[in-house]
Amino acid sequence: MSIFKLLADKSWERKGIIGGLRPTGAFDTAPERVALVFFLVVATVVFSLFTVGYFIRMELPDWAPIEDPAKLWFNTGLLVVSSVLFQWARNIADSGSRKNIKTAFIGGGVFAVLFIAGQLSAWGDLNAAGYYVASNPAASFFFLLTGVHAVHMLGGLWVWSKSSIRLLSGSEIKDVRLSIQLCTLYWHFLLIVWLVLFAVLSNT
Amino acid sequence: MAYVPLADQEQELHHPHSWVTKYVWSQDHKVIAVQYGGTAIAVGVVALVLSLLMRLQLGFPETFDLIDPSSYYQSVTMHGMIMVVYLLTALFLGGFGNYLIPLMCGARDMVFPFLNMLSYWVYLLSVLILMASFFVGEGPTGAGWTLYPPQTNMAGTPGHDSGIVLMLLSLAVFIVAFTMGGLNYVVTVLQNRCRGLTMMRLPLSVWGIFVATCLGLFAFPALLVSAIMMLFDTLLGTSFFMPAVIESGTPLDHNGGSPILFQHLFWFFGHPEVYIVALPAFGLVSDVLSTHARKNIFGYRMMVWAIIAIGGLSFIVWAHHMYVSGMHPYFGFFFATTTLIIAVPTALKVYNWVLTLWEGDIRLNAPMYFAIGFIFTFIHGGLTGLFLGNVVIDLPLSDTYFVVAHFHMVMGVSPVLVLFAALYHWYPKITGRMFHEGMAKVHFWCTFLGTYAIYLPMHYLGFLGVPRRYYALGSTDFIPQSAHDLNTTITIAALFVGASQLLFFINIFWSLRNGKKADPNPWGSASLEWQTPDTPPVHGNWGPELPTVYRWAYDYSVPGAHQDFIPQNTPESVEPTVDEQHFDPDHDVSKADL
Amino acid sequence: MALAVVIFLLVIGSIIFHFASPWWFTERAADWGSIDFTINVTFWVTGFVFIAVNLFLAYCVFKFRKKPGHKAVYEPENHKLEVGLSVITTIGVIAMLAPGLFVWATFVTVPDEATEFEVMGQQWQWAFRYPGADGQLGTADTQLVTESNPFGVNPEDPNGQDDVIVLGPEMHLPVGKAVKANLRSNDVLHNYTVAQFRVKMDLVPGLISYLWFEPSRIGRYDILCEELCGIGHFVMRGAVVIDTQQDYDAWLAQQPTFAETQAMAAGDPAAGQAQFAVCASCHGAQGEGNRALNGPKLAGQSAWYIERQLNYFKTGVRGGEGDTNGQMMAPMANMLASDEAVRNMAAYIESLPDTPATPTVTGDVANGASIYSRNCAACHLQTGEGTWYTDAPKLAGMSDWYFITQLQNFRAGIRGLHQQDFYGEQMVSMATAMSGDQEYADVAAYINTLR
Repeated sequence: MSIFKLLADKSWERKGIIGGLRPTGAFDTAPERVALVFFLVVATVVFSLFTVGYFIRMELPDWAPIEDPAKLWFNTGLLVVSSVLFQWARNIADSGSRKNIKTAFIGGGVFAVLFIAGQLSAWGDLNAAGYYVASNPAASFFFLLTGVHAVHMLGGLWVWSKSSIRLLSGSEIKDVRLSIQLCTLYWHFLLIVWLVLFAVLSNT
Repeated sequence: MAYVPLADQEQELHHPHSWVTKYVWSQDHKVIAVQYGGTAIAVGVVALVLSLLMRLQLGFPETFDLIDPSSYYQSVTMHGMIMVVYLLTALFLGGFGNYLIPLMCGARDMVFPFLNMLSYWVYLLSVLILMASFFVGEGPTGAGWTLYPPQTNMAGTPGHDSGIVLMLLSLAVFIVAFTMGGLNYVVTVLQNRCRGLTMMRLPLSVWGIFVATCLGLFAFPALLVSAIMMLFDTLLGTSFFMPAVIESGTPLDHNGGSPILFQHLFWFFGHPEVYIVALPAFGLVSDVLSTHARKNIFGYRMMVWAIIAIGGLSFIVWAHHMYVSGMHPYFGFFFATTTLIIAVPTALKVYNWVLTLWEGDIRLNAPMYFAIGFIFTFIHGGLTGLFLGNVVIDLPLSDTYFVVAHFHMVMGVSPVLVLFAALYHWYPKITGRMFHEGMAKVHFWCTFLGTYAIYLPMHYLGFLGVPRRYYALGSTDFIPQSAHDLNTTITIAALFVGASQLLFFINIFWSLRNGKKADPNPWGSASLEWQTPDTPPVHGNWGPELPTVYRWAYDYSVPGAHQDFIPQNTPESVEPTVDEQHFDPDHDVSKADL
Repeated sequence: MALAVVIFLLVIGSIIFHFASPWWFTERAADWGSIDFTINVTFWVTGFVFIAVNLFLAYCVFKFRKKPGHKAVYEPENHKLEVGLSVITTIGVIAMLAPGLFVWATFVTVPDEATEFEVMGQQWQWAFRYPGADGQLGTADTQLVTESNPFGVNPEDPNGQDDVIVLGPEMHLPVGKAVKANLRSNDVLHNYTVAQFRVKMDLVPGLISYLWFEPSRIGRYDILCEELCGIGHFVMRGAVVIDTQQDYDAWLAQQPTFAETQAMAAGDPAAGQAQFAVCASCHGAQGEGNRALNGPKLAGQSAWYIERQLNYFKTGVRGGEGDTNGQMMAPMANMLASDEAVRNMAAYIESLPDTPATPTVTGDVANGASIYSRNCAACHLQTGEGTWYTDAPKLAGMSDWYFITQLQNFRAGIRGLHQQDFYGEQMVSMATAMSGDQEYADVAAYINTLR
C-alpha cells in the first residue's frame, strides 16, 4: 500500500480485523534490520552535516588545502577488500552452508582493523608533514572526518567481534545469519561513506 | 530473505527475579518510563528553582542578593537547556513514549528491551555530567542555552573552562541515549503493533510521539555535529567556529572560523526540537480531549497529516531564529515564508481540538481542565509566533522579553499543561490509584492563571523594547518605573506558580498510598492501553494472548452502541456490553467541580 | 462551567489589559513607519483570531459540558469545514506575510544615498568610526588591534587616514539623512539595538553585518547590546544623539581622525614630573598614596586610566555632589591646562616605581576570591592588573581603602552616573550587584593577595 493511500484511510469506516497476523504497514523483515536502516539514515545525516560544514568552511577566506597522504588509496583498497569479504560471508550464510564462512567473516573484520591501522598511520604521515589538528582548517576537517568514520567502524567491529566469538564457538548458522547480514550492510554503508569522504577530501 | 513473523511471535521477556532487577535494572518499558519520568521531573525542579532565582533578581534587583551576574547567566543557560532537552524531550519521549507506545500498540514491550534499559542509564549519565558542572571549576557555562561561539570559549563567559566542556559532553551522551531510545520507539511502532492495528487506527499520542522521535533522530545529529566541532575548538584549538578574536586584550590563537555556521547547525537541531516537544504534546492532548469530551477526535486524518506536515516543515524553518544574526539577509524571505506556512497546519490542529469539544459531552475533570487550558495558552503562544516569524516584526521584537514570553507560552506553559493533563489522565493506569481530584484542580487554577499572569504582561515589556538576558535593567531612558514595577509583579506571580507545583507532588505521592483504587478503565477510554487485564499492567502487559484490534481508537458515542465508548479490541460483531463493575457512564469523578 | 467563565474573563481581561497598558512601542525616531504598520496588521489579525477562537472555546465548554441524559454527537470529520478553515487561515497568513516581505525587501536594500558609519562592539563597550571627507571607511582587521589602534584600522589604507574615531560609546547622527551602519566585533557576538529605531542586527566577529535607517527625530536614545556577550552584557550601554545637520557637523569636527590619533605624541614623563610636586603632597612623593590625606596610591596605574580620570575631574564628570574628596581634585586637575599636560602627567605616574600598598582591610579572602573570579576578573583580569581593552584599571597592589570608598560611591550613585562617565556606569551596576560593605571588604582582602 502506498503511503498516501495508507494516510488517506478513513479508519473509522472500516471495522474488523485488517491484515493478517502482521500489522499492515510493517516492513517484512526483522526489527533489527529496520533499526539498523534507521540508524544508517541517522549516520548519513551526521556525515552529511559534517560535509556541509566542510563546504561552508571552505568558502571562508583563510582556507588552504592540504596534501592528503597517498596512503589513503591503499587504505581504501583495504576497506574494499573488507567489504567484499563480508559480502562473501553473507552469501555463504544465505545459502545455509558453513564452508569458508569463518575465513570470510573474520577476514572481513581483520581487513577493517588493518584499515583503521592504515588511517592511524596516515595521521602519522600528516603529523610528520607538520599538520596537526589545529594547524589549518583543512587539516582539522581531515582529522575530524576520518576520526568520526573510524569511530563508526570501531562500533561495527564491536558487533563483529561478538558475532565472531559466537561463530567460532560453533553456533548454528541460522543463529548468526542475521548478524552477518547486518554487519555486511553496515560495512557497505561505511565503505560508501568513506568513498564520499575520500572524494571530498582529496578534491578540495 | 528470511521471513520473521512478528505479531504472533511471543517476545522473549527478561523476567526479573529480584527487587533490583525489577525496579532498577529493569527492562520493562513501564518501569523505564517511570525512571525516565522521575529523573526528568527531578532535574526539571532544579531548572524551576534556577528560574525563580532569576525572577527574584529581576523583580527585586536590589533586595535579594542571591545571585551575582555570573550565576545569573549560568542560571539562564542551565534553566533553558535543562527544560528543553533534559526535561521536556526526556519526559515526553523517554517517559510517555516508553509507557504508552507498547501499550497503545498492543505489544508486550519495546522491540529491544535491553537497549531501552541502556537508553535510560545513559540518559541518567548525561544528567549527572550536566549536574557535575555545578561543582567543577567556575561552574556551568553561562553562554546562554544556544551556546553561541565564540563567547562559549572566552574568559568573559562564566564556565568557559570546564562548564562548557561538560555541557557539550553531556549533550553528546544525551544524544546517544536518545538514539538508543528513539530507534526503539520507531521500530516498535512500525513493527510491533498487534493484529489489526493499522497505522491509521493508532491513537494520536502514538503518532505524535512517533513523528517527534523521527524528528529527534534526524535533528539531534546536527547538535551532535556542532557539539563535536565545538569541543575540537575548545579543547584542541581548531577554528571551525572560532574567528580571530581578542580575549581581554590578548588575541587568541584562532582564525577564520564562522560563528554563523554554528548557529545554522544549532538551529537546524533547535527548531525541530521545538516540535520534538510540541508534537507529543499535540498527540497526548488530543487523546485526553477526545476521551473526556466523549467524542472522537475531530478530523483524525487531518490531525495525522498536520503532525507529519509540521514535522517535515520544521526542518526548513530554522533560520527564523537568525533573522538578526548577520546571516545573508536574503534568507529572510525564504524562512519567513516557510515559517508562516507552518502556521496553517498548526492552526488546523487548534480548530480540530475546539471542534472536538463542539457537540461533545464534556466531563470537566482535572485532566480535561489542563487540556482545555492548553488550548487557550497554545492559541496565545501560537499567535505571537506569527509576530516573530514575520521577519520585519522580528527586527524590533527579537532579543526582547516578547521572545521570552512567546516561547514560554508556546514551549513552556503549553507542553507543561499537557504533561500535567497526561500525568493525571494516565496516573490511574500507571499506579492503579486515583489522584485527589480537588487538589489537582487547585493545582490547575494556580498554574493556569499564574502563568498567564506571568507571560501576558511580559509580552508588553517586549513591545516596549525591554531586552532579555539582562541581569539588571539599570537606568534606561525608555524603560519607565512602571515597567520595573511590572517586573516585580511578574516575579510574585512566578513565585506563586513555582510554589503551587508542590500541590502536584503532594498529590501524586499522597495518592500513591491513599488514593481510591482505580478501575482498569476509569475514564471509559476506547484506546488499547486501558484494556489491559491488570491495572497497573504487569510485565508483558497482556496476559497469555496479545489483543486484536477491530476499530480505530476513537469510537466514542457511536450511535446505537450501549455505552458511549467501544474499546479498540471489541470485535465488530459483538454487541458492546456495559460492565457496571468497571464503568458507569453516569458516574463522574469530576463531581467535585470547583 | 467555571472553566468556561474563566476563559471568557481571560479574553476580556486581555483586551482590557491591552488598552490599559502603558507599555507599548517607544515613539519612533527613525523612518520605519512601514515596520510599525506591519506590526499593527499582525496585531489586529492575531488579536481577532485570539478573541474569536477563545470565545468559541469558552462557548463549547459551557454549552456542551456534561449533563445527565446528554450524549455527544458522532462526527469523525467534516472535510468541507476543514478545507474552508484552511483557506481562511491561509488568507490570513498571506495578509500578514505579504506586507512583511515588502518591508523586508526595503530593509535589505540600502539606498544609494545612505552614508556609512561603523559600529565596533567589544566586551563591553561601543565605539564608532565615521568616514572622513572621502566618504569611505578604511579597511580594518581584528588582528591589527592595539591600544593605540583599537579599531584595528589598516594603517596602509589611504581611505582610513581621515576616518573619524569616536572611542566613547556616544555617537551622533544628523536627522533626516539615511545612514548605513556597518557592524563589526572584536571578540564575541553583540547586537546594535536602539529601540526607537526599530531595527537591530548582530555584530559578528570575522564579518561585517549591516543595517540602515533614516533618523527622524532629534533626541538622545539608548543603545543596548541585545545579544548575550558575557557577564558584562547588561552593562554594555551606549547612546546615539540625533542632531540637526549643523550640530552634527560641529560635533564631528571635534573628533580626532585616525591619522591624528596615530600622530599624537606619547606623554613625556619628564614634563609630567615637573608638575607632580602638587600631587605629591597628598599622593606621596612616589605616588605611593597617603591614607590620612585620602590620597590613593597612583604608582603602578596605567597611563590611559590616569589620563581619563584627570579629564573627568577637569570637566566635572567626577567629583560631583557627595564626592567630597573628588571635589578637591577638580582644581588640581585644572592646573594641567592642556591635553598634552594631562598626558605628560599620566606618563610620569605610569613610570613611578610600583611597590604594592600596605593592606588596611581585612575580610574573608575565600569569599572575596569567589566573587572576584566570577564577576570582576572578566574585566580586571585574574591577576588584578586590569587592561585598556575592557577599560578596567589595575586593582592589585593599589590602595584597598580607596577601592572600598569607590565601590561605595558607585553604589550610592556618587560616582559613575554622570552622563559622560561611560565606563563608570558599568561599575554602578557591578557595585550594586554585590550585597554591600562586607562583600567589598572580602573582595578587597582577596585583591590584597594578588601582588
